Amino acid sequence: MSKRRPYVRSMDGWWRKNPFFVEYMIHEGTALFVAAYAGVLLAGLFRLSQGEAAWNAWLAALTNPWYIAFHLAALLALSYHTYTWFKIMPRTMPPVVVGGERLPGWVITAGGLAVAAAACLGLLALVWGMAR
Amino acid sequence: MSDMQKTIEIEVLRYHPEKDKEPHRQVFEVPFTDDMSVLQGVQYIKDYLDGSLSFRWSCRMAICGSCGMMINGIPNLSCQTFLRDYYPARVRVEALAHFPIERDLVINMEGFIEKLESIQPYIIPKEERTLAQGEYLQTPEQLNAYEQFSSCINCLLCYAACPQFGLNSSFIGPAATALLHRYNVDSRDGGKAERMELINSEEGVFNCTAVGYCSEVCPKHVDPANAVNQNKTNSAADYFLRFLAPKGGAK
Ligand code: SF4
Ligand code: FES
Repeated sequence: MSKRRPYVRSMDGWWRKNPFFVEYMIHEGTALFVAAYAGVLLAGLFRLSQGEAAWNAWLAALTNPWYIAFHLAALLALSYHTYTWFKIMPRTMPPVVVGGERLPGWVITAGGLAVAAAACLGLLALVWGMAR
Repeated sequence: MSDMQKTIEIEVLRYHPEKDKEPHRQVFEVPFTDDMSVLQGVQYIKDYLDGSLSFRWSCRMAICGSCGMMINGIPNLSCQTFLRDYYPARVRVEALAHFPIERDLVINMEGFIEKLESIQPYIIPKEERTLAQGEYLQTPEQLNAYEQFSSCINCLLCYAACPQFGLNSSFIGPAATALLHRYNVDSRDGGKAERMELINSEEGVFNCTAVGYCSEVCPKHVDPANAVNQNKTNSAADYFLRFLAPKGGAK
């Protein structure tokens, strides 16, 4: 009879066992804020469709300190999500070859972050211009 | 001349299937010099302290891929990890995570060998060629397309770094996918359609949630996460293309 008895270790609490996994879980967790914020925007759109009074009520509700705190938390979470998203991006796409040389990963990450920052600033400027 | 002999504590996760119900820790006091690798520390234990300790090794130069272990919880080749980097703290060594332990630091890698076979890790020629037609020619760009993925030494550190493989051992996983990709993007190969069926399957690339740690620990810079994620795109293309070209694409 075989003496072999391979032992399978438990995966319980796997994500706590390595700092890399903890970071991964935080990254995945911040996606909940992305979803929540999409919900907030959709609610606004819905209120807009109901007419001016509903829209103004929604705007007033947004000035609630709890809502402002949520926005700050969401800003932090989304910034972190954006950062980690672009950090992993070079690993998820086909190689980009420029002039016979493969573009290093950090260039792709930096490029993505720059585009994200430019898009945010552009949107902010647009909204700023419309609000004035 | 020689000052006091330095010693370091090495904690090993032991498991002997004949007598142990489950693995347990054992600490050894090992004399060491600054040029000693963790593998040499473990070899010292086997030679002088406890001959029953089992582990795999061969080349001692990070090329055979047999000495992978969890060292302080991180998958690494024990022959390229040095005791001096842990001193004076204790070093913990354990069999590679996510694989069944056969005995002490030896894992059961049968599952991986089956996966390796299943990807057909050889060139499947596009068409029959006679000797008279001569050798295949390849441009440097064609070589570049797959070279990085051909550097894999089957050390399995990437599997020990992949929680999705730990949760579902039927996932084909990083190294096997990297090798599969290596043949699929080789200009001499014509086996892509067959291999894509594996990529698209339940065991395929969509088990991956882009944790990315596999590429982080790979000692040969294969970047298996890149092979897996490129094939998510390929798989999606395969899926949609079959609506356009009913004869081609995935089944
Ligand atoms: S891809 Fe890298 S980590 Fe994985 S088995 Fe191959 S060499 Fe080892
Ligand atoms: S002994 Fe060969 S890779 Fe470490």
